[in-house]
Amino acid sequence: MTTQNFAIELLSATIGMATPYLLAALGETFAERSGILNLGIDGIMLLGAFAGFVGALISANIFFGLLLAIIAGGLLGFLMGFLSITIRGNQVISGLMIGTLATGLSIFFHKVIVGVRLITPRVETIKPWPIPFLADVPIIGPILFNQDPMAYMALLLVPISSLILFRTNLGLKIRAVGENPKASDTLGINVFRIRYVCMGIAGTLAGLAGSYLSLGRIGFFTEGISGGRGWIALAIVIFGRWNPARVLLGSILFGGADALQYRLQAMGGILMGVYIPPEFLLMLPYLLTMVVLVFIYRGAGAPSALGRPYKRGVT
Amino acid sequence: MRVLKAPSNPLLSSLFSLVLSIGGGFLVGGILIFMAGQNPLLAFYAIFYGAFGSLHSLSETLVKSTPILFTSLAVITAFNSGVWNIGAEGQLVLGAIATTGIGLFFGGYPAFVLIPICMVLSFAAGMLWASIPGFLKARLNINEILITVMMNFVALYLLRYLVTGPWRDPTAAEAFTPILSESIYLPKLLPGTRLHFGLLIALLCAFLVFLILYKTPVGYKLRAVGKSPKASKYGGISVSRNFFIAMALSGGLAGLAGMSEIAGIYRRMMEGISAGYGFTAIPVALIAKLHPLGAIPAAVLFAALLVGGDAMQRVAGVPVGIIYAFQALIIIFFVISDYLKEMGK
Repeated sequence: MTTQNFAIELLSATIGMATPYLLAALGETFAERSGILNLGIDGIMLLGAFAGFVGALISANIFFGLLLAIIAGGLLGFLMGFLSITIRGNQVISGLMIGTLATGLSIFFHKVIVGVRLITPRVETIKPWPIPFLADVPIIGPILFNQDPMAYMALLLVPISSLILFRTNLGLKIRAVGENPKASDTLGINVFRIRYVCMGIAGTLAGLAGSYLSLGRIGFFTEGISGGRGWIALAIVIFGRWNPARVLLGSILFGGADALQYRLQAMGGILMGVYIPPEFLLMLPYLLTMVVLVFIYRGAGAPSALGRPYKRGVT
Repeated sequence: MRVLKAPSNPLLSSLFSLVLSIGGGFLVGGILIFMAGQNPLLAFYAIFYGAFGSLHSLSETLVKSTPILFTSLAVITAFNSGVWNIGAEGQLVLGAIATTGIGLFFGGYPAFVLIPICMVLSFAAGMLWASIPGFLKARLNINEILITVMMNFVALYLLRYLVTGPWRDPTAAEAFTPILSESIYLPKLLPGTRLHFGLLIALLCAFLVFLILYKTPVGYKLRAVGKSPKASKYGGISVSRNFFIAMALSGGLAGLAGMSEIAGIYRRMMEGISAGYGFTAIPVALIAKLHPLGAIPAAVLFAALLVGGDAMQRVAGVPVGIIYAFQALIIIFFVISDYLKEMGK
């Protein structure tokens, strides 16, 4: 294998690995821009992974799986919204509990519906869609245009999210609500409705991101399949300074770390003649997250009202 | 939206929260079990009987209460000081690694020397692990939630590396360390059960944490910083310093949970020494209203759910995963009860 082939393969895998991060982090960007910190993402992704798998398993149709993942994610997003917007609960606590609830539900219903079987049931995975002509372009073709529809969609969502957030009336309202809910309310913006909309977006995208973990490559579900990716998505939002284009950059960084980690494992963990035990390779994304947070966090401008519930009529 | 009127008497008000949250949790949990085509009443009976029905089950509930009490005290110390330590699980693992290391390499010394050393070093190991996010938060204002979560994963892989690699017992069929020296075993409290001395240490810690938080200047500062960092700063209390102290103390307490599990129960190290005690600690701390003594009954309640959950799976065939959903639902209803109380005023 030549170095060039290796690099192309690695970069192509990077886009695939970046997809779940990108979907979840874009959703979270909307939530945080509106002032809500959703710590439940990782759990919602787990439930999305499970819902996607089970939907595809019982209907033998990937689309039904994706639909189920979107519904499950959306419902939990709204529940998080209910707790943090209507009930005005502490967002850290609400988010952690939404995550625990989703994790518990995925484990429970997995045991109930699939149970313990000798052979792990598998479903069809999402197939790549090479884009005609473009996929044949050397180097760029196999990296960018030989992905699956979910990856294309995630990439397309980057400019769409940017447009919505920075070029539309809705985006202006979202940002206003996240910066100063009281002033927004005075101007006649429905703070509660905007925040619910953003939580709906965050929940559905986290659910969809989760479904990609089970349906994207492997075609089955295991407990803990998210592997903390939801948490890393939260770090990506900080890295991305709440800006979709930079969130894409962060997702590619972490997708790359994942891809590299898998490649190194496949190569027997030998890097430049030194053996690295698999456990240390597996630590890589988490250590990278810590390093990124340390080097990027300073000077980051989080939405001013992030994490604070809004109550009408209180000064 | 005033559905339920909450009582204003403080004792009744606490009772209202408890009944609403536990009742609500079981109600929704029961509906989920019913949706899964199983009998919720049988499941509840199995949980209760499995947790309290016999001397054996009662002792098992107390056995599981022990690590949960340690980790919930860790969470209580941190949350009271305004630091979100979600990393008790990883800090527990570091404590377990410290005790295992002593048992493996220094087993020759007598118990009265080794057990205190295990306690001190496990506390120190958890403390050290937690000081990293503590330092990053205090010095650079870096989000401690994400750092502690990441460090949980790192700790769990470190544990896996040790038990599958350098510390693995070559004669064991599975990835276990060798059985540790008897000198580190915590004495049993009740013959014929797994109940051990760790429970008493945990209870002592609950009392100590109560004293520190509520009866000393150190605790006063910690709680002041937790209540209002701004006001504390104007009052001359160093916010960053107290964030760091809170995190370090918190990590140490979680480290003791690891010591107690290794020296009291497993006597060797393997993957899965913690059944998510570091995470269960969070709902326990919340339902105890972040009070160290309240953590005692709360830890027993959540341990009962875990032990009863195993029985439920055996007897009623309801998968134990529902117990995590129960834990979350109880706290979700707890949050709702706070809202209802506020509305009732």
